[in-house]
Amino acid sequence: MRKSFDKHWYAWAMVVPTVIVLGVLVFYPLVRGVGQSFTNLNESNQRSEICTKVLGGEETCKPNPDAAEFVGLDNYVDVLTGAQGDFWLQFVNTLVWTVACVTFHYVLGLGLAVMLNREFRGRSFYRVALILPWAVPSFVAAFAWRFIFDERFGVINGALRAIGLDPVAWFEQRWTSLFTAIVANVWLGVPFMMVALLGGLQSINGDLYEAAEIDGATPWQRFVNITLPGLRPVSSTVILLGTIWTFNMFPIIYFVTRGQPAGETEILVTGAYKAAFEGIRDYSLAATYGVLILSILVVYAGVYKRVLAKQGEVF
Amino acid sequence: MAEVIPEAIQPPTIQGAQALERPRPPHRRNRRSPLASIALHATLVVATFCALFPIAWVVLSSIKPASEIRRSEIQLFASPTLENYRTLLTGTDFPYWFLNSVVVAAFTMVFGIAMSATAGYALSRFNFPGKRQLMWTFLLTQMFPVAILIVPIYTIMANLGLIDTKASLVIAYMTVAVPFCAWMLRGYFDTIPRELDEAAALDGLGPFATFWRVVLPLARPGIAVTAFYTFLTAWAEVAYAIAFMQSSRNYTLGAGLQQFVPQFSPRWELLTSGAVLVTLPAALVFFFAQRHLVAGLTAGGTKG
Repeated sequence: MRKSFDKHWYAWAMVVPTVIVLGVLVFYPLVRGVGQSFTNLNESNQRSEICTKVLGGEETCKPNPDAAEFVGLDNYVDVLTGAQGDFWLQFVNTLVWTVACVTFHYVLGLGLAVMLNREFRGRSFYRVALILPWAVPSFVAAFAWRFIFDERFGVINGALRAIGLDPVAWFEQRWTSLFTAIVANVWLGVPFMMVALLGGLQSINGDLYEAAEIDGATPWQRFVNITLPGLRPVSSTVILLGTIWTFNMFPIIYFVTRGQPAGETEILVTGAYKAAFEGIRDYSLAATYGVLILSILVVYAGVYKRVLAKQGEVF
Repeated sequence: MAEVIPEAIQPPTIQGAQALERPRPPHRRNRRSPLASIALHATLVVATFCALFPIAWVVLSSIKPASEIRRSEIQLFASPTLENYRTLLTGTDFPYWFLNSVVVAAFTMVFGIAMSATAGYALSRFNFPGKRQLMWTFLLTQMFPVAILIVPIYTIMANLGLIDTKASLVIAYMTVAVPFCAWMLRGYFDTIPRELDEAAALDGLGPFATFWRVVLPLARPGIAVTAFYTFLTAWAEVAYAIAFMQSSRNYTLGAGLQQFVPQFSPRWELLTSGAVLVTLPAALVFFFAQRHLVAGLTAGGTKG
């Protein structure tokens, strides 16, 4: 122990600031959040003491008879059986949302990366232009798409009218509403995939393609047998990351669909947020959601790692 | 939010990402047929149109008078005017929001780097008990949904009386910024040859002096990129901002712009002009940092 300290004290001293920040700002609230999910904490019972001013400016405090109390697993039972909130509706929305977004991100990003990996005139122009959406802050993009899909003044409905179709009331139906959010998020997320995959493509040895060409492989065969396997390390990373980010993507749903119609397009993260900060603030419900979301993601990441490991990926 | 590559997964070598900088001459292939060439350009033109149209539309709308925005037929230009910008800057709290965002993002950036730089260095250079656990913590914090920390942090801030202050936002953003910066900086420190450290040690410098006088100056570009990206994530954050800030003059940009588009009678003319002013600085910073960003993200993962 003593030896270990002598050897490592400066390394430990260097990580101390980070560890303190993580401990105080992440670990402590996390523990508190998990704790809150086992109580019935809400905005009306959050005080543990009720203080009343008496004449002369003194304050007397007595314990709040209605203070939040431990309720065991009640919140989890309520949430999972649907007695409180719309967990399963939001869960389905989250799945559709995540799968659709990540699939489009990856497929479009890969397609564009493959095209940009060739030599042709105007390539750097295309590259810069296609990255631009990444530079837009996500909440600004959300507002922009809300504006574009606006039922009365939006450009999409304007275009539909111009070609003689009926305008669509995008936000009055669950799936069209979710569709608008997916479009917005795909627009926002493709550039990251594209750039990451382009980096991956350029690290693939060009000789492989030449050898395949000499052997008479068709472009499709080259893509399937060289490009895709060569991209595997990058792909597995960006898909894992993309899934986690999309799963937790707050601003797009919050500003584009706003849960319309009537909360039917809420995903888990926005559902938790609204439980905590809109209407009667139900902090314990939000905390329960938070724990469930984190558990889902941790399980997902674990399974994902397993599957990759089974397929021979080195960790 | 800030984003990090998991340690456990091996991205390509850093050269792969850096190759973006200078397009490598492609291996000679048979020349593309004119038809294929047209198809390639056509696809890319469509993609570019999709990428640029929303931005262009918002910019064009921001210079239309309010009455022209509220038209059902499409027109690109309609009596262009800067009136919306004038109203935005003189008739609303937008300047306060802008300033608040600058302050919050700047403090997040400075504290984020300051708290994580030495840790990034230690993780890059030393093998010490607890290193693996720390790396996993960084990875795990990336999975935290905003939902799990926001309520406890909110109640803590309420107890401390910090709700509706910029400090509460800076503190909340540190939960993401610190692990992110530590991860990114570790990646950049990894690219600085260890031989320099060893040479410094031979010259009698201790580990802290080596870090401060040798490695830190060399890592300046990496630190700049990390700092800018931290700034941008704080600039674009909305969930904490809306929950914590309660008076209009204390809003940051995300919370503020929302005021322009209530459910009924949204003021798109103010929103679009605000959106342009929010995006311009972010885009400038982004294009400076972008080239090095992916390299940094993937470099962080090359060693576990």
